[in-house]
Amino acid sequence: MNPINYLYLAALLFTIGAAGVLLRRNAIVVFMCIELMLNACNLAFVSFSRMHGNLDGQIMAFFTMVVAAAEVVIGLAIIVMIFRSRHSASVDDASLMKL
Amino acid sequence: MENLIGWLVAAPLLGAAVLLCGGKRLDRLGHWLGTLLAAASFVIGVLLFVDMLGEDEHHRAMHQHLFSWIPVSGFQADVAFQLDQLSMTFVLLITGVGTLIHIYSVGYMEHDDRRRRFFGYLNLFLAAMLLLVIADNYLLLYVGWEGVGLASYLLIGFWQHKPSAATAAKKAFLVNRVGDVGLSIAIMLMFTTFGTFTFGPVLEATGETGEGKLTAIGLMLLLAACGKSAQVPLQSWLGDAMEGPTPVSALIHAATMVTAGVYLITRSGAIFNAAPDAQTAVVAVGAVTLIFGAIVGCAKDDIKKALAGSTMSQIGYMILAAGLGPIGYVFAIMHLVTHGFFKAGLFLGAGSVMHGMNDEVDMRKYGGLRKYMPITFITFGLGYLAIIGFPGLSGFFSKDKIIEAAFAKGGTEGWILGGTALLGAAITAYYMTRVMLLTFFGEERWRKTATRSPEAPSAEPAAETRGEHAEPHPHESPKSMTIPMIVLAFGSVFAGGLFSVGDRFVHWLEPVTGHDHGDSPLSATTVTLSTVAVLVVGVALAWAQYGRKPVPVVAPRGSLLTRAARRDLLQDDFNHVVLVRGGEHLTRSLVYVDHKLVDGVVNGTAASVGGLSGRLRRLQNGYARSYAVSMFGGTAVLIAATLLMRAV
Repeated sequence: MNPINYLYLAALLFTIGAAGVLLRRNAIVVFMCIELMLNACNLAFVSFSRMHGNLDGQIMAFFTMVVAAAEVVIGLAIIVMIFRSRHSASVDDASLMKL
Repeated sequence: MENLIGWLVAAPLLGAAVLLCGGKRLDRLGHWLGTLLAAASFVIGVLLFVDMLGEDEHHRAMHQHLFSWIPVSGFQADVAFQLDQLSMTFVLLITGVGTLIHIYSVGYMEHDDRRRRFFGYLNLFLAAMLLLVIADNYLLLYVGWEGVGLASYLLIGFWQHKPSAATAAKKAFLVNRVGDVGLSIAIMLMFTTFGTFTFGPVLEATGETGEGKLTAIGLMLLLAACGKSAQVPLQSWLGDAMEGPTPVSALIHAATMVTAGVYLITRSGAIFNAAPDAQTAVVAVGAVTLIFGAIVGCAKDDIKKALAGSTMSQIGYMILAAGLGPIGYVFAIMHLVTHGFFKAGLFLGAGSVMHGMNDEVDMRKYGGLRKYMPITFITFGLGYLAIIGFPGLSGFFSKDKIIEAAFAKGGTEGWILGGTALLGAAITAYYMTRVMLLTFFGEERWRKTATRSPEAPSAEPAAETRGEHAEPHPHESPKSMTIPMIVLAFGSVFAGGLFSVGDRFVHWLEPVTGHDHGDSPLSATTVTLSTVAVLVVGVALAWAQYGRKPVPVVAPRGSLLTRAARRDLLQDDFNHVVLVRGGEHLTRSLVYVDHKLVDGVVNGTAASVGGLSGRLRRLQNGYARSYAVSMFGGTAVLIAATLLMRAV
């Protein structure tokens, strides 16, 4: 199979993720969309690694996974805390950081 | 003997300190203490004078080094005194006339609560003036110079409860300050040019210095002299200074203060000799002031202000003579000394008249006083004859010499200066005769004024006892006032002759100031004769105007010139329009520029930063999704830019 198709898939996934981040209000969904974008990036990395025949992209994918795991831990914790205090998981409700 | 020099200053300074700090318990004897210390200074002066006469004429200068004031390498300021023939002349004049004025003040200020303080200030005045004339460097001279300014401020404003006196004191101080700035600049210039400000080295080094620098120093010294000696254009304070008690006027006009400028120019003679341009300026200032003061003196009805105009004019003579260079220095000082005698005598006489006339100063309300105040009349009369230059009296010898020296300047300049000096002599004769006639001769106009007062002719006795509108009872002053006047009258009569016989004064001062006869286009006899001729003309004119006809009690309107002269030839108006208004406009426009331009830039910057940040703030709306949009947008732009750069 032509590896270029994987890149199309990655772009599609990234676009879906980005649209989700921008359009959805539920923090959990936004969070999942971010994960989707990260994974789309991983897919692109791995595909490029395959296409160029070296391992750089695959190593990069590992880094991304580590960062994503850390991000999940912290991000979910924050979302849970906000839900506890405000009884809402909407990102628009948490708009206190403004003048 | 040389160790005594410091005591000349120390004695009156001690008096000032004791009297000013001593408190009320000195009230009873304070004035005698002040007089005693002034007299002590005079005695020391005489002792030093006798000692000096014993020396060979080229080794008469005495020096005393008291202490190093600011000893820094490259900048040596010493408190050191130098007493040569020039300083000696001043010391004797200052302490002698000063002591007489102290004695006079004992009587004059008898009813003043603050007499002790007054004597403290008088002593301070003497001390400052003595320091000025015996300093051996310009910096110490400057200390005395400022001291004189301070003391004159305190004394002119002595009756500070009168707003006019307080204003006059401020005016004198401010105008003097302008001159002081000149002196301080001159001293700085001297230091950068010569590296020192001791008289000896500075005056010896003038030969090797560029003329431009010397001219600058000379002009600054002239400015200083104009301030202290009340010469045009800094003359305006002198007339108002009459607000002070009369002994103060006598002290300022005769022995101290106004003579300081003449001293400064004579002392710095070497600088002026090497800077002809500066000398020309000095001569011009002297000539202008000489006529200016004389014209003002003609129009004033206030006896003290008429005398003040006369002082201005006579000092003009001295400055003129000092500007003539070696031809004139000696005569400038000689006229200064004789003027010291007769002007002190005239002022003390005027004070005595005021004392007897309920402090009335308007001469139009005097008249016929010679019967009531015989001693004042005779002493004032002798002073009058001396100042107009009546042959044989002091003023005749000294003024005649100055006129002669002015002609001896040579060329057109000589004729102009000589003519001016002669004209001045004529006007002097005119205004002094006017003062004399108005005060001591004619009908007794003070009787008229009393009955003419707004209170009805049937003036009730209550008004009499209150002293208001009461008819004055002219009477002779007490002995403490008349004796100094008699002594000064002797000086006015004999000093000139004493100095002139065998050219004694010339020989006395020559080693210090140098002397040069010049070549006069006119013989000495011609000058003397024309001086006497203009004198007669002046007296005759005054007689025609004030002696033959009765004098109106209220001054007539007078011609344009008379009215201008009554207003001091518009000097105050000039100062007001040019300096005060000009200054106000300048500050106002500066404030405007400050508000609009400087503040505008600063405030504008702040406002635009504030406005911009206000707009930028709107971007921070707190919605995470809108931040995300800007992140995506930014990333998209970056990527697009990168691709575009690649494509290019």
